[in-house]
Amino acid sequence: MIRKSPSQPAAAEIDASPLLAARDVSLERAGRVILDQVSVQVRPAEVTVVIGPNGAGKTSLLRVLLGLWKPGRGRVQRRRGLRIGYMPQRLQIEPVLPLSVQRFLTLRQRAPEAVLRERLERVGVPHLLHKPVQSLSGGEMQRVLLARALLNRPNLLVLDEPAQGVDIAGQGEVFKLIDDIRHETGCGVLMVSHDLHLVMAGADAVICLNQHVCCTGRPEEVSRHPEYQRLFPESDMQGIGVYRHDHDHVHDVAGEVHEHHAGCAHGRPSGPGGGGSR
Amino acid sequence: MMEGLLDDFLVRALLAGLMVAAVAGPLGAFVVWRRMAYFGDTVSHSALLGVALGVLLGLNLNLMVTLVCVAIAILLVLLQRRQELAADTLLGILAHSALSLGIVAITFIEGLRVDLMAYLFGDILAVGTGDLLSIAIGGAVALLLLIVLWRPLLALTVHEELAQVEGVPVLLVRLGLMLLIALVIAAAMQVVGVLLITALMIIPAASARRFATTPEQMAILAGIIGMLAVGAGLWGSFQYDTPTGPTIVVAAMLGFILVHLLPGRLIPHFGGR
Repeated sequence: MIRKSPSQPAAAEIDASPLLAARDVSLERAGRVILDQVSVQVRPAEVTVVIGPNGAGKTSLLRVLLGLWKPGRGRVQRRRGLRIGYMPQRLQIEPVLPLSVQRFLTLRQRAPEAVLRERLERVGVPHLLHKPVQSLSGGEMQRVLLARALLNRPNLLVLDEPAQGVDIAGQGEVFKLIDDIRHETGCGVLMVSHDLHLVMAGADAVICLNQHVCCTGRPEEVSRHPEYQRLFPESDMQGIGVYRHDHDHVHDVAGEVHEHHAGCAHGRPSGPGGGGSR
Repeated sequence: MMEGLLDDFLVRALLAGLMVAAVAGPLGAFVVWRRMAYFGDTVSHSALLGVALGVLLGLNLNLMVTLVCVAIAILLVLLQRRQELAADTLLGILAHSALSLGIVAITFIEGLRVDLMAYLFGDILAVGTGDLLSIAIGGAVALLLLIVLWRPLLALTVHEELAQVEGVPVLLVRLGLMLLIALVIAAAMQVVGVLLITALMIIPAASARRFATTPEQMAILAGIIGMLAVGAGLWGSFQYDTPTGPTIVVAAMLGFILVHLLPGRLIPHFGGR
């Protein structure tokens, strides 16, 4: 299901400095700590996945990284010339607004119909171009959103729960599509998800978030981490192993993130349902 | 010739009504898309406060109404951010307080004998040449603003965060929308009165939805349907000797019912291309 790492796009993009980085970002809303000294990096041509339980601050982190919210403390750095293609979590359009898919795609920038058709073709739904957006199914809508995110040729795709509202069979397809596209275009991907099995399989870097960064690293490392196992007790490595592919030969750059593991032993009380020592 | 024509109060009334409807319809489309009907109501109810202030300070009434409406709109947005009260509670409090405050203030002003009914339900037959000019200016500014803001506003309406990531100056566009609503309210006050302004925005837009396949179609159709309602209402009020503002709204409502009674096959269907 997942191909080997990009060969040509990677050569074009030698610059390995992060596309997007947050350093010691903290955020409070209505007196509640939502993000606590979070540091993350998103590297070019890699899939970075943020996982965590409900209320862990995943979407908030995304908002801060996108520049929608200002962090209370800390900094967010973007690489110069960064073009972000953003796919929001849910998109419901009032039925009272007559809007075709074509019109929806060109809300922000005009594009010739051929280009739109080509993008829709890439995500597998060319027949939807003239349909009203309200008539789309969950899976079709996610594909159209992805097509729109791809319109300005982004070098970073930011996806918030891309398989939300998609039936189980379709979820795998959506993730495969994302994986294919990033190999074709060489863009980096930052994704928030709670679909551990499907997502961790295709990830290069996983950030396990629960207000603070619990642990980061490659998927198999994170999944062995005690704090991860405490947050997701039901997840067994067998399931992930099925989708596992050989990635080791390319991503040795990820070295420095491993060091974060040591800092994870702090025993702060975290999240609902946490607390017990498993 | 033109001046002679404008001497007729009916012609002035018709012109004023048509101009207001031409702007209120397209703007109404946004009010409907963004679920701002109650918001529009609240802001328009505060227009009376503007009248009272204008009389007190001896300033141009239209200008004062616009300013007060913008102020109330911004206040509303700020208060909604705090999220201590549900949006509809907040709107209800402000709508009725502003209306009552306005009425109290107007009756307090000494030596001023105002026809309160005229402000509440409109007095289109009393539109003078000067009023016509100020309605024309306000309407033209609003229409221009709407055209300039159209695309970013539409992007914002579909998904605010997506628009923001894609570079839409969200705050500025929203302020622009507030100003637009305020301008239209000031212009429409004389036609249908503060209590019925929202009707002139949302009923034509809601009727237009059935025929429209693009946002632009819906906006333009809403303008046309609003203008038809003004014409029909004016005629009806003359014919049956009824108050003009409410008659215009009744005409719009009849149009809405008629549109929804039309069998579906008479209406061009979306996606059938």
